[in-house]
Amino acid sequence: MNVNVTVNGTAHSVDVEDRTLLVHLLRDYLDLTATNIGCDTTSCGACTVLLDGESVKSCTVLAASVDGQSVTTLEGLADGDRWHRVQEGFRTKHGLQCGFCTPGMVMAAVSLLEENPAPTAEEVRHGLEGNLCRCTGYHNIVAAVLEAAQGSVTR
Amino acid sequence: MAELAVDATCSRTVSILGTRVMRVEDPKFLTTGGVYVDDLRDPRLDGAGHVTYVRSVMAHARVTVDTAAAAAADGVLAVFTASDFADLAPPPPPLGFIPPALGRPWLANGVVRYVGEPIAAIVTESRYAGEDVAELVSVDYEPLPAVVDPRAAATDETLLFPDHGSNTALAFEAGSLDGLFDGSDVVVTQQITNQRVAPVPLEVRGTACVWEGDGDDARLTLWASTQSPHGARDQIATALSLPPERVHFIAPDVGGGFGAKFGVSIEDLLLALLSQRLGRPMRWTETRTENLLGMGHGRAQLQTVTMGGTRDGRITAYSLDVLQDSGAYPHFGAVLPFMTQLMATGTYDIERIAVRTKSVVTNTAPVVAYRGAGRPEATAAIERAVDLFAAEIGMDPAEVRRRNLFAKDAFPLTTQVGAAYDSGDYAGALDAVLAAAKYDELRAEQQRRRDAGDETLLGIGVSSYVEITAGPEAGTEFARINVKPDGSVVVYTGTSPHGQGHATSFAMLAADELGVPLEQITVVHGDTDLVARGGGTGGSRSLQLGGAAVHQGALETVDRARELAGDLFEAAVGDIVLDKARGGFHVAGSPDDVRSWSEVATSADAEHGLIVDTDFTAQGATFPFGAHVAVVEVDTETGKVTLRSMTTVDDAGPVINPVVVEGQRHGGIAQGVAQALFEEVRYDEDGNPQSTNLADYAFPSAAELPDFTLVDMATPSPLNPLGVKGIGEAGTIGATPAVQNAVVDAIAHLGVRHVEMPTTAERVWRAIQDAREGAK
Amino acid sequence: MIPAPFDYVRADSADAALAALGEHGDEAKLLAGGQSLLPLMKLRLAMPAVVVDVSRVAELSYVRADGDVLAIGAMTRHCDVARSADVATHAPLVAYAAGQVGDPQVRHRGTIGGSVAHSDPSADVPAALLAMGASYVVRGPGGTREVAAADFATGFLESVLAPDELLVEIRVPSARGEGWGYQKFTRRAIDWATVAVAVQARGGDTAVALANMGSTVVRAAATEAALANGAGAADAAQHADEGTEPSGDVTASAEFRRHLARVLTRRALAAAGSMNG
Repeated sequence: MNVNVTVNGTAHSVDVEDRTLLVHLLRDYLDLTATNIGCDTTSCGACTVLLDGESVKSCTVLAASVDGQSVTTLEGLADGDRWHRVQEGFRTKHGLQCGFCTPGMVMAAVSLLEENPAPTAEEVRHGLEGNLCRCTGYHNIVAAVLEAAQGSVTR
Repeated sequence: MAELAVDATCSRTVSILGTRVMRVEDPKFLTTGGVYVDDLRDPRLDGAGHVTYVRSVMAHARVTVDTAAAAAADGVLAVFTASDFADLAPPPPPLGFIPPALGRPWLANGVVRYVGEPIAAIVTESRYAGEDVAELVSVDYEPLPAVVDPRAAATDETLLFPDHGSNTALAFEAGSLDGLFDGSDVVVTQQITNQRVAPVPLEVRGTACVWEGDGDDARLTLWASTQSPHGARDQIATALSLPPERVHFIAPDVGGGFGAKFGVSIEDLLLALLSQRLGRPMRWTETRTENLLGMGHGRAQLQTVTMGGTRDGRITAYSLDVLQDSGAYPHFGAVLPFMTQLMATGTYDIERIAVRTKSVVTNTAPVVAYRGAGRPEATAAIERAVDLFAAEIGMDPAEVRRRNLFAKDAFPLTTQVGAAYDSGDYAGALDAVLAAAKYDELRAEQQRRRDAGDETLLGIGVSSYVEITAGPEAGTEFARINVKPDGSVVVYTGTSPHGQGHATSFAMLAADELGVPLEQITVVHGDTDLVARGGGTGGSRSLQLGGAAVHQGALETVDRARELAGDLFEAAVGDIVLDKARGGFHVAGSPDDVRSWSEVATSADAEHGLIVDTDFTAQGATFPFGAHVAVVEVDTETGKVTLRSMTTVDDAGPVINPVVVEGQRHGGIAQGVAQALFEEVRYDEDGNPQSTNLADYAFPSAAELPDFTLVDMATPSPLNPLGVKGIGEAGTIGATPAVQNAVVDAIAHLGVRHVEMPTTAERVWRAIQDAREGAK
Repeated sequence: MIPAPFDYVRADSADAALAALGEHGDEAKLLAGGQSLLPLMKLRLAMPAVVVDVSRVAELSYVRADGDVLAIGAMTRHCDVARSADVATHAPLVAYAAGQVGDPQVRHRGTIGGSVAHSDPSADVPAALLAMGASYVVRGPGGTREVAAADFATGFLESVLAPDELLVEIRVPSARGEGWGYQKFTRRAIDWATVAVAVQARGGDTAVALANMGSTVVRAAATEAALANGAGAADAAQHADEGTEPSGDVTASAEFRRHLARVLTRRALAAAGSMNG
C-alpha cells in the first residue's frame, strides 16, 4: 500500500507493506538511519521520533497510520547549521557516549520541553522514563535537558 | 622543595590534559546519528541475504529438525542445520582455558542445552521474511532433565556433556582452609547470590559480511558490533582456516558492549560461512529477545563468605567459596572466578585468606564478561562480609573498614592471594567519601527517623573497593602516529571505543606532546586494514595501554621530527626545540626561524608524511580503587527501596579528560546500582527464562535513579608514564555493594542481617516479616 | 519483531469502522493508539488477519461536560485526557490515572477507548473508571448500548464487546469536588502496576477499584462494604484483597500482591479523605 508522509519537511510517497512499522519506513525505505531499534516491547525509546510535533515510539506505530502526517527525526531537527538547543545541551553536558539511544532521547527531550518548557530535574527524569540508556547513567542527560530548558544556545 | 624538571627540548605550554574538552565524536551522533552495523548501506552489501535463527525453546533436549517446508518457501535462499557443517572442524573455543569437550557446535547437533540455542539458520532475500519462515521449521524435542541450579550441576547427577565426564569446567583455589579461623573471636558466615544479570547494550548484536575475489585471493570483509576487531578477526580467520590478512574486520559505530561484545559470537562465524557457501553478502541483526536470551549474561556466582576477626574490629581471616554458573557452553564467565579470587581480599590487609572456586555448566545461556568481569563479585562478597562482621561486633561499618585497610605507605604490595597492587590510598578514599556524603549527619538522621517510628527509613551503605584493570598479565597496545604533509595528524589506535571517547582523549594526548591543535588530529580505530594490530577495548585497558601507546608514539614522533628538523636546519638534533605553542621547530636561540610540522613531515615523505609505529607494554596491571556511600529510603510497609543518593570516590589516577571520566563513572555507577536494586535474569526450574524482553527485565530508566555526586581523587600508578589506571568498570564495582549494604542497613535494627540482590520490594518486605517472626 | 502479515483498513468514521468490522467479523481487530495491540502483534501473540485503524476517527476524540456526566470520546488520547480542564474538574482521578499510563510517547498515541476495550487487569484507566462508576457506550450493527464499567470486562483481555462492535464513548458521572486517591505500585516508573488502587468518594460512599488483583480490574467489595458500615479507612483497607484472586509471577507473589492491595488501599483512602473539604 502507499503511504504519503512528510519527513523532515520533505514529502514522500512510499509503497510499504500493510504491516510495515513507521521505524522501518524511516530506516529501510527512506534510509534515515539515525532512528534506532533497541528492543521489541516498546520499552527502550531508541526509536522515538516526532509525529506532528509530539514524541512517539516509531516501532509501535504502523507506517500506514501516519498517512498524511508529518514526522521529524534527529536528522531533521537542526535548522541547517543551527542546532536545536537540545542538541547543544547534549553536546555541552556530555549527554551521550555510544550514541545509540541518543536520537530517540533527543527527540523525546524536544517533545518534553515543548510541553513543559521549564521542568524540574524530577520532571525530566519522569519525562524520559520511556527512554533507556546503558552508558550514561542518565546524570548528564538530565543535565543536558535542563541546560536546554534554560538557555537558548544556538551554534 | 621539589625540583621542577625542565625539558629543554620543548617550550612550555599549558597542557590540555586534565581540562574539560567536549567530545569530538558528538556532532555526528547529535545530527546524522551514528552508523551502526544495521545502518550500513555499503554497496558491497547490496543483495545481501538475511539470516534468521530458529532457536531452542527447551533448556535440555534431544532435537530433530525438519527444514523441508521452510527451505521450499518463497524468498528463502537456504536453510542450514548442524548437518551442513559436519565436515568442518568445530568452532574454535572462545578462550584457551575452556576444555574442548565443552565447546559449542556450529548449530545444535542433536541436542540443545539452553533456551535460545540456535538450531537452524534461515537465509532469506528480504530482511523480515525469515521471521515468517521460521514458523515453518519443525523442531521435535525429546526432553532431557534440565539442570538449572549450579548446585545441582555440581553433583554431576545429570551431565550436560557426557564425554567430559563432569559438569565442572574449571576450578581455582588459593590459600589454605586449615585452621583458617583459629583465633578468631567472632566468625560470621553468609551465603550470597551474585545474581545473573544481562549486559543489555542498547544496540543488539549485528553483523554484515561480503567475500570478494576468488580462490586463494578471496578476502572476507566483515562488519560487526564488537569491542575487539583484531581479536575477532583472528578468531574468524582461525575458524575459516584462513591467514589473518585475508580477513578485513571492521567495527563501525558500536552501541555499547560492556564486555559482552568482546570476541566473536557463533552467529558471526556462521555469517561468514553462510556468505561463503551462498556466494553473496550476508547480514544478521538479532532481536532484543534474542539478545536477552543468547548474547550472554553476567555475574551468576553463588558465594559463601566466612569472616573471622576480633571484637575490636580487626579482620583476621576470610574465606570465599564461589560456585560459578557458566551457562551451557563455558565462555569468559567460566574463567572470571580467577579474577574474583585475585581480588578476593579487596582493600583489606587480612592475614589469612582462602578462596575456592568452581565453574559448572548448566542448561542456561552462557555467562560472559560484563562490566567488572569477576571483580564486582569479589568486592560484593567481601563488602557484605565486612558489614556482617561489623554488625556482629556492634561497630560502625565505616570504622571497621578503616581499621583494616592497607596503609597508604604500604604500596606497592602483593596481597595474600597474589595480586600486585601498584598504588592506593584506601583510607583517603574512605575519608573523602564519608566527608562528602556527610556520613555523621546521615547516621543522625537515620536514628531520628527510627526513634520517631517513621514508616520510611533511611539506610546508609558503604563500600571500599579496589579492582584490577588491564590485567591479569601486563598488557600491550599499538599506536601509529602519522603527521601528514599538510601538518594534520592521524592517530591509529588498536583500542576499539564504543562510547568511551578515545577519539577525543587520544587526540588530547597527541596534541599535548606534539603541539598540534586538537582540531587537526583525527583518531582512527576499529579497522584491521587500517590499524596494524590491537587489543580492543575492555577490562578498562584502553587509556593505560592505548593512551600510553599514543603518548609514547607522540614522543617518538617528536624525537624523529627533531632529527628531521635538524636536517632541515643543518643543525645538531640536540639544538632543535619543539615550540608546541606555535606547532613548529627551531634551533635553540633562534625562535623566529620556525619549520612547521607540515614542513618536517613533508621532508620525511612528500606523500605520506611522517609515520611512527610504536608498541607500548605496561609493567603490570593497575589497581584503581575508591569508596562509595549509598543512601536509600526503604518503605517498611511495602518494602520498596528508593535510591536517594550515591556519593563516590573512584580513583583511577590522573584524569586526562574529566568529561569522559565522569561519564564513565556515572554509567558504571548506574549499572552497579541496577544490579543491587533491579536487575535479575531468572530461569524457572525447567530452564525457561523469565525475563526475555525489556518489559520483563528491570533495566532502570532515569526515573529510578538520582544524580550522582562524584568526589575527585587521583593517585598515580607507577606502571605507565601517564600514571593512569582504568576507570571504565570502577563505578560498577563500588556501587553494587554500597547499595546492597544500605538496604540491609535500613532494616538491620529490625533484626535483618542480609537481603539478596536485587533487593526488590518483596524481598525486603519478607526480610522484615521474617525478622519480626524470628523476634517473637 | 514484526507482525504477521495482515490487511490494513483505515476507518475515517465510526460508521466506516463498523462497516469494516461487519465485513470481516472476528478476523478483524480494531487498532486505536496501538500501544497495547501492536506490541502483542510484534511478538506474534496476536495475529489478526485484518486491522481496522480507527486512530484518526476525529469525531470520536472529544471531552464534553454534559451536565452531571463527563463524556469522553473513545479515541481521546491519554495525554489529552490527562491535561483536559474538564476532566480535571469532573474526574480528576481519571486525569491522574491517564497520566500514569506508560510513558509520554505511549500517552501521545494510546487512547482511553483502546485501553478500556483491551481489558487488561493491570491498566490504570480502566481501574479509575471502575472506581468512578463509569459506563461505556458501545455501537454495533444493531444499535447502541451502554454497559456499566463493572459489567464490561469478562476475563483477561476479554470483554463483552462483540467482534462487530465499537466502543465510542466513556461516560463518567461527575465527581466534582469529591475526594479521590490513586496508588500505583511498580518496580520501575514505566512498568504496569504490580498492584494499583483507585478510590473515588461520592456523596457519603466510597468506591475502591483494584488493578492486577485478578483477571479483570475489580472492585474491592469487602472494603467498600466495611466503609459503608462505618469502619475507618485503616480497618476497611484490611479487607481490600478479600474475594480477589491475584496471580503470582516474576514481579510479585500472590501473597505480596494481597499485602500491597491492603497497604495501597489504606493510602488511597487516606489521600481521598484528606482532599474532602
